[in-house]
Amino acid sequence: MLGLRDYLQIYTGIEIIKWDNQEGIVAMDSQDLPDILAYCLEMKPRPIWLTHVVNDERQLGNDFCLYLILHFPDKDFTLTLVAKGIKDEFPSLSLILPALNWSEREAQDLFGLRAVGHPDPRTLVLHPGWPKNFHPLRKDYKTGKEYKSFKRGPLVFPEMHGEGIFQVPVGPIHAGIIEPGHFRFYVIGEPVLHLEAQLFYTHKGIEKLLEGKSLEEGLLIIERVCGVCAVSHGLAYCEAIEKLANIELPRQVLLWRTILAELERVYNHIGDIGNMCAGVGFALGNANGSQSKENLQRLNLEFFGHRFLRGMVVPGGIKSVPGPKDSQEILNRLMELANDFEDWIPLLLEHDGFRQRAVTTGVLKTESAIDLGVTGPAARASGVAYDWRELHSHLLYPELMVKSVVEHNGDVWARLMVRVKETRESFRFLETLLRKGMQEAGRSSYIMNTFSNKLIPWQGAWGCVESPRGTDVIWLMLDDKGKIYRCRIRSASYANWPAVPLTVPGNIVPDFPLINKSFELCYSCCDR
Amino acid sequence: MWSILLRKLKMGSLTEKHEDSLIPHKSSDLPSNFRKSLQIRHLDCGSCNGCDWEMTALGNSLYDHQHFGIDFVASPRHADLLMCTGPGSTQLVNAAHETYEAMAKPKWVMAVGDCAIDGGVFKGAYASAGGIGKVLPVDIKVPGCPPKPDDMIKALLEFMGRKSVS
Ligand code: SF4
Repeated sequence: MLGLRDYLQIYTGIEIIKWDNQEGIVAMDSQDLPDILAYCLEMKPRPIWLTHVVNDERQLGNDFCLYLILHFPDKDFTLTLVAKGIKDEFPSLSLILPALNWSEREAQDLFGLRAVGHPDPRTLVLHPGWPKNFHPLRKDYKTGKEYKSFKRGPLVFPEMHGEGIFQVPVGPIHAGIIEPGHFRFYVIGEPVLHLEAQLFYTHKGIEKLLEGKSLEEGLLIIERVCGVCAVSHGLAYCEAIEKLANIELPRQVLLWRTILAELERVYNHIGDIGNMCAGVGFALGNANGSQSKENLQRLNLEFFGHRFLRGMVVPGGIKSVPGPKDSQEILNRLMELANDFEDWIPLLLEHDGFRQRAVTTGVLKTESAIDLGVTGPAARASGVAYDWRELHSHLLYPELMVKSVVEHNGDVWARLMVRVKETRESFRFLETLLRKGMQEAGRSSYIMNTFSNKLIPWQGAWGCVESPRGTDVIWLMLDDKGKIYRCRIRSASYANWPAVPLTVPGNIVPDFPLINKSFELCYSCCDR
Repeated sequence: MWSILLRKLKMGSLTEKHEDSLIPHKSSDLPSNFRKSLQIRHLDCGSCNGCDWEMTALGNSLYDHQHFGIDFVASPRHADLLMCTGPGSTQLVNAAHETYEAMAKPKWVMAVGDCAIDGGVFKGAYASAGGIGKVLPVDIKVPGCPPKPDDMIKALLEFMGRKSVS
């Protein structure tokens, strides 16, 4: 990383705030950002985008600031590029790193800044129809009654002309128990030529809501950003806080946090495998998946107090830890479910009809996955060997020797196979972890109450956890009272959604539900 | 084929019992003539997806809503009851109205989950109405974050004028 450091120093106005083996924080002029980013992206192996945060620091005398966090997988090194002093525009980076497309449009909407050179002029998070100059994340905006003045305006979609080309609008309300989003298919006969997805219907303004909240209140909200990735979001949030307080956690806490994260992965993956069957109307697969998921959620409820495992991870610790007897019981039940999984999964994998629908459907190319910063099973199914558990040393993952599960075809089948293999792995991890837990049994709860005076104000910190859908990143800055000043939530779904429309052209409309379910993205944590 | 059958035979029926009889449920002005069949349309109004997944769970073999005569339908035109989740996010309000309007009368609305009831943890966010009641007329509330599938079944059976035992 020293070469990079030397390179950065050729820019005047560069300020190296921190540089050690794991982390670098470098402030610069926003005009230098495109060149520096382009240089970083040339490095091999290519660094991965973690998050992009705009923060209104006018009260601190910094104008608006932009934080761009990159992760260099081979060295497990994260680099935060900070561009300070942005007044009303910043240079767009989307053409250099297309993954930033949405983040920049979001910054335009919510901060009223302009991303100069961004190719797409449309709004993203705020649909047409809000009052003029409504930029809620600016600090001088106080939450008011704007929602009352929202008048739905026309959504803007590209035109496409030619003989036999039709547009098929679908949504935002869909037929089924699913979340809202609008899809516009451009079709010629059955095959899809192009797909536009209009999301952000469930946008509530959570990032603004978090501002000024205490850490405990914040946790309640963070766990409800996404219903089914509550542990991952909560963990990322707690990791950010713990970084700001600079505290070391006891091993038992790390152990049980890892167990919770893996339990979350297992119940989600199994449910998602079942849902993929629902996407092709294969009732038998769906029935088995949903039944296993239900059993896992009941286990969650019985031993951890919540079907979605909420409320267990707290800043500085873990709320309660099952004793050795309960751990044994959890282990027995999990092993039973793992055997059951092996029992029903062949029904799917050996079903010709299902296979034919899934193979070669909805292909995500490796280059697209890299350019768009796709994460999680979707990336790994397209040959990108990136699993945060393997590449970043945190929790108890180094002991488990996680290896990314990679498939190369990028189709629905590949995404299914990644989930199947990861589920097996996770069951194995859970077994190891629970056995360790029983041997090293300690206290029944670990909550540290004494760190609030250690929290560093006005400093950004990130937390990052591999959720069942990919890497969830939370970036946090606290004020001098220990309240949240800014919290940016970049969920895995947010990173992956832009890739979904790319995989649909060439397939037929009825394949869309299947493709969509194979990504199994959440709308809520994307829209926030 | 044989392995599937064998597996099913070993497993037996998984569906749990929730009700004993069709006892008309008296309290309130809710209808009690839905004894045997109820058609529901789900409407996500900005939920975190937790409530919605629990609603999906009603369809698994352990709850199996269909054996109560309850079904989720694809169009609001076929529905008697709108099960709403989420605090009513602003950008969805129009679509929510349109969904409600599309239902034939008589029709009812159920607010599922704390945030549908009063905004829950999202109270005060700039793009949320703070409860579905601010958007649509709510008849029944099912609290919880999220309510467990059992609670939903109980509420649905009571709405239908049946008594549940769990
Ligand atoms: S009530 Fe709770 S679980 Fe349900 S949508 Fe709201 S936050 Fe999510």
